[in-house]
Amino acid sequence: MANNRGKKYDAIVIGAGHNGLTNAAFLAKAGLDVLVLEKNEYIGGATVSRELHEGWKYSNCSYVCSLFRPEIYQALDLGRHGLEVIPLQGSTTFMQNGDYFGSYHQPTVRRREIARHSKRDADAAIRFDADLMKWCRLIRGFLLRTPPDPASLKPRDAWEFAYLVKQFYGLSESQIYEFIRFFTMSIAEYLEEYFESDVILAHFSGGSIIGTGLGVYSPGTAYVLLHHAMGDVDGNIGSWGFSRGGMGAIAKSIAASFSSFGGEIRTAAEVRQIRVAGRRAVGVVLVSGEEIDASVIVSNLDAKRTFLGVMDPKDLPEDLLHRAENFKIRGSSGKVNIALDGLPNMTALPQGSPLTRGHMHFTDTLERLERGYDDWKDNRWSADPYVDALIPSQFDPTLAPPGKHMMSVFVQYCPYDVEGGWSDEKRDAFGATVIDQIAQYSPDFKSMILHTEVRTPLELENEVGLTEGNIFQGELTLDQLMFNRPFPGYAQYRGPVKNMYLCSSSTHPGGGVMGAPGANSAREILKDLRRLNTVPADFGDD
Amino acid sequence: MTNSKTIVLVGGGHNGLVCATYLAKGLGPAGYTVQVLEAREQIGGAASTRCFGQDSCKGGFRVSAVAHVLHSLDPQIGRDLNLANAGLDRGPAIETISLGRNGDHLTLSATAVSGNGLSKVDIESYASFKNEFRSYAKALKPLMTNRPPRLKNMDRRDLITLTQLGWALRFGLGANSMLEFLRVGGINIYDVLNEQFDSERLKGAIAADAVIGHHMGPRTPTTVLTYLHRLQGELHSPQTLPPGGMGKVTEALAEAARIAGVHIRTGAKVTRILVRDGSVTGVALDSGERIDTELVVSNADAKTTFLKLVGTQDLDAMFAHRIRKTRTNGTVAKLHLGLKGLPEVNGMSVAQLGQRLLIAPDMGYVEHAFNHAKYGEFSEHPVLEITLPSITDASLTRDGYHVMSVVACFAPYALKTGWDQGREVFADRIVSLLGAYFPGIASQIVARELLTPVDIEAQYNITGGHWHHGELGIDQSFMMRPVHGAAQYDTPVDGLFLCGAAAHPGGGVTGVPGRLAAERILALSR
Repeated sequence: MANNRGKKYDAIVIGAGHNGLTNAAFLAKAGLDVLVLEKNEYIGGATVSRELHEGWKYSNCSYVCSLFRPEIYQALDLGRHGLEVIPLQGSTTFMQNGDYFGSYHQPTVRRREIARHSKRDADAAIRFDADLMKWCRLIRGFLLRTPPDPASLKPRDAWEFAYLVKQFYGLSESQIYEFIRFFTMSIAEYLEEYFESDVILAHFSGGSIIGTGLGVYSPGTAYVLLHHAMGDVDGNIGSWGFSRGGMGAIAKSIAASFSSFGGEIRTAAEVRQIRVAGRRAVGVVLVSGEEIDASVIVSNLDAKRTFLGVMDPKDLPEDLLHRAENFKIRGSSGKVNIALDGLPNMTALPQGSPLTRGHMHFTDTLERLERGYDDWKDNRWSADPYVDALIPSQFDPTLAPPGKHMMSVFVQYCPYDVEGGWSDEKRDAFGATVIDQIAQYSPDFKSMILHTEVRTPLELENEVGLTEGNIFQGELTLDQLMFNRPFPGYAQYRGPVKNMYLCSSSTHPGGGVMGAPGANSAREILKDLRRLNTVPADFGDD
Repeated sequence: MTNSKTIVLVGGGHNGLVCATYLAKGLGPAGYTVQVLEAREQIGGAASTRCFGQDSCKGGFRVSAVAHVLHSLDPQIGRDLNLANAGLDRGPAIETISLGRNGDHLTLSATAVSGNGLSKVDIESYASFKNEFRSYAKALKPLMTNRPPRLKNMDRRDLITLTQLGWALRFGLGANSMLEFLRVGGINIYDVLNEQFDSERLKGAIAADAVIGHHMGPRTPTTVLTYLHRLQGELHSPQTLPPGGMGKVTEALAEAARIAGVHIRTGAKVTRILVRDGSVTGVALDSGERIDTELVVSNADAKTTFLKLVGTQDLDAMFAHRIRKTRTNGTVAKLHLGLKGLPEVNGMSVAQLGQRLLIAPDMGYVEHAFNHAKYGEFSEHPVLEITLPSITDASLTRDGYHVMSVVACFAPYALKTGWDQGREVFADRIVSLLGAYFPGIASQIVARELLTPVDIEAQYNITGGHWHHGELGIDQSFMMRPVHGAAQYDTPVDGLFLCGAAAHPGGGVTGVPGRLAAERILALSR
C-alpha cells in the first residue's frame, strides 16, 4: 500500500470544484504547500465541460456565469490563465398565445418592449431596476466577508456586527424597512407591487426559483432573485455571460493559477475519511487506503457529505450531527443538454432576432410557475416545467462543429425522490417533457436533435457529489443564510475540530459559481496560521 | 356640533372598545369625551354573536360570528379595565382534539399530547417542543406587547423595547436557544415538525394551527412565526369558549367602556374622515351628520381607513400605493350549522365533543388544501376547526338542538368562479367531509349558513374579509404593519390613528392593538 508518510502537506483541499480550487489557489499564493484531491478523473465539480457526444462540448451542470467575484478574477489573474467571459444578449419568455416578451440587452429597446405589454409596467420597471440595484450594491459588500456570530460576545464578532449595522444605517429609515421586506417576501408578491402584466411577472420571477425548493409564492424567494442578479460581467451588474470553452474553462483557469503558485492536483483520488487525532485534523485516508498527512484539511464537499460522509461521527459533537442530518439540501433541478443539427426556428421571434442569443423561457404566468412547484412538492417533476434554455454555440465555436449547435436546458422542478424511485424510463420521460415544452414553440426543434443528455438530481449527486443534486449545496432559505450557513455556530468556515475548515457553497454566501466561499475560507485559514492574507477585500460600491 | 375636545373612534370592534376605554380613562379628566361610532346595529364587529336559522334569535341558533375561540385576550387589559367587574366571562377552558376516522383521536393540550398510536418518543418530543416554542414566544413578548420599535430615528421607548428584545433573546433564551430560534424563526413549520415528530396526525394538527387564518400552507416559509404568534395567547391563559358567544366578550368590553364614560353609538356609519392641510378636522356620517374633531382613531382596516375614508387625494402617492398593495384577501370561511340532536363521533364522549376539534390528518393534507387557494379555488378537502359551543352553553339554542361552528380553510376571497356560484358547493363539500367523521350529521342539519370572505367583508366591513385585517407575513408585521410610516399607530395624517388588527400585532381577540394605540395617543398628548 502506497503510503505518502514521507511528505506532509501544509494543506489538503478535498474536492476540485471552483470553490476548492479558489481556496487552494489563495493558500498556495500565500506560500503554502497545497494538495487538491478530486474523486473524478477530471476537475471542476459542477463547473465542468465535457465531450459526451463526439464534437460537442457540454457544460453538464452549471451553464452561465455572472456571480464569479471580479475581485477573485483579478487577484488570481484568471485572464492570463485563459478565462474569457462573453456577455449574453438578454432573455425571452415565449407565451402560449404565440406572442413573446423579450428582455433586450439594450435598455431603450427593453423599455419599449415592456411598454408593448403594459405601459404602466414600463414606468414601474424604472423604479424596479433602481430598487434592485440598491439591494445589489448593499449585498455585494457582504459577499467577501465572514459573517459574525450573533450569539458571540467576542470583540471581532461585535465589530463585524457594528460594520453590518453601519452599512444598513447608510440607508434611509424607509429603505431599511423596504430591505427587510425584500428579504422576507415572495418574488411573486414583491413583483406584484411593481408590475401588472402576467408575462412580465412570470419573466422576472423565474430567476428566483432556480435551484431552490421554493415556489414563486414562497416568502424568501425575492432574495433569491438578488442571488441571480448581483453578479456582473465586465462591470455590468446583473449581466450574465458565457465563459469561452464552457464552464469548465473557469475551473481550468483557476487550476492553472493554482499550479502557477506551485499547487498540486490529484484526480481519481476520492477521500474516504478525514483523520482526526487529539481533536485535530491531521490528514486524510483515500478510498484506495492511502494516507496523506497535512497540517490543515479543507473540505469543499457540502455540509452533509463533510460531516456525515468523510468524518467519523465520534469526532463530532452530537448537536452538529443532528444539525447535519437536518440540513436542508433538496434537489429540485434537472438539466438537459442537447446537440443540434442547426439553429432551431423559434416561431414567435422575427427572423434574425438577437433574442435567440439569450435565455429562453416558456412559462408565461405565475400560476404555471407555482403549479410546477406543486408537482415537485408531491415528488413529481413539473408536468409544465420552467426551463432556462440557451444556445451558447452561437458565440463560442469551440462547443460544437461548424453549423451545428449545442443547447443547454436547465429545468425547474425535478425531484430527487421521484415517486417510486428513478429509473432510465422515468429519466427519459422527464427529458421528453422538457423537449416537448420547447418544441411547442419551435416546430423544427425535435427534428434537429442529434443527441441528448438528461440529468436528474440523482445524476448530479452521483457524478458531482452534490447531495440530493442540490446545485447550491444547501437551500438558500433564511435558516441557512449568513450566520446560519451551514449551521448556527459554524458559519465562520471553521470545522468542529482544529485545523479543519469548510470552503464549499454550503457556507456563506452560498451557491452559484461565485468563488466567494472558497476565498473567505482561505482568509480565515491564513489568519489562523498567521500568514499573510492573499484574499482581496471587496471592491466596494462601484 | 363643534367640540375640539371630542375623540372619535371609527368602529366598535373589540380593539376600538379597548382603545376608547383607555382614552376615556386617560383623557377624560382633561375634559375630553370619547365617542365610538359603529356602523352596525350591534357592537363587536367580527367579534360578535349572530343569529341564524330563523328570522329571530328566539327560534333559531346563536353562534360566534367570526372568531369563536378566545385564546389570547391580553391579561393586562383585563386588569387595567377591570373587565371582571364589567361581566367578562371567559368560559370553560378547552383542549384541541385532532379527529381520526377510526376513533384514533389525538388530544393536544398546551403541554402534553395523548392518543392511541402515538409513540413514546413523540409524546416526549411534544412536551419539549412546546416548551422550547413557548420560550421563543416568550422571548418575542417585548416585541409583541409593545409598540413596534423603529429601526432608525428611535426614541427612548423604541430603544427600551429593542434592548428588552435583545436581552430576552440572548440571555432569556441563552446562546444555544437563541441560535436555534434564529434558525427556525424565518422558516416553515413543515421542516421543523419533520425534524421533531413521526406521527403524521400530530404534525398535521400543529401545522393547521400555524396556517389557520393565513394564506399559507405548512411549507410556506414564515409559518413558524405565525405559529409563535398563536402561542402568544398560550403564555398567559388557556383557550376558552365564552358563554353566549364572542359577542358577550365585546359586550363586557363595551360595558367597561361605558363605565369609563365612553359614548357608544351604533348604526352610525362613518363615510369620510375629513382632512384639511394634512390634519384631521372631523368625520362625516352617512346620515349627513358631521362631527368636528381633531382626533380620530380608526378601528377599520388600513385600506378602508386610508383609501375609502380619508381618500388618496390627502395622502402621499407612494404611501397610498403601499397601502393599496397590502395583501388583505381572506382565506377562511365560516360554516354555521343548526342541528337537531348532538352528532356522534366514534370513540368520543360528549365532554370531548365540546372541545376544539380539528380535521387536519397530516401535513400533506393541509398543504394540498392550501394549494387550491393559490389559484382562486376553494379546497377540495378543507382543513376544519370545529366547535359545538351549545354543549356547554344552553343559551345558544333550544333544548335538544345544537350549534356547530366550523372554520373552513381554505376559501380564497378572490374565488375564480365567484362566491355566488361557489357558496353552496363549498358548504356541501364541508358537510360531506364532516359526515366522514360525524356519521349521519347531514340528516341532523336544520339550518346552515356559510360566511365566505366576501360575506365577512360585506357584513363586517373588513376589506377582503381577512381575519387579521391583512396577512401576517414578515413584510406586513411589526414595524411594517400595516405599512412602514404608519406602524406606530400614528399615521401620515395628523390626528389620525389606527387601533385595529391592521396595526401591530395583528388579529385575534387580543385587544393589544387597541391598548397600544391608546398608549401611543396618551404619550403624544403629554
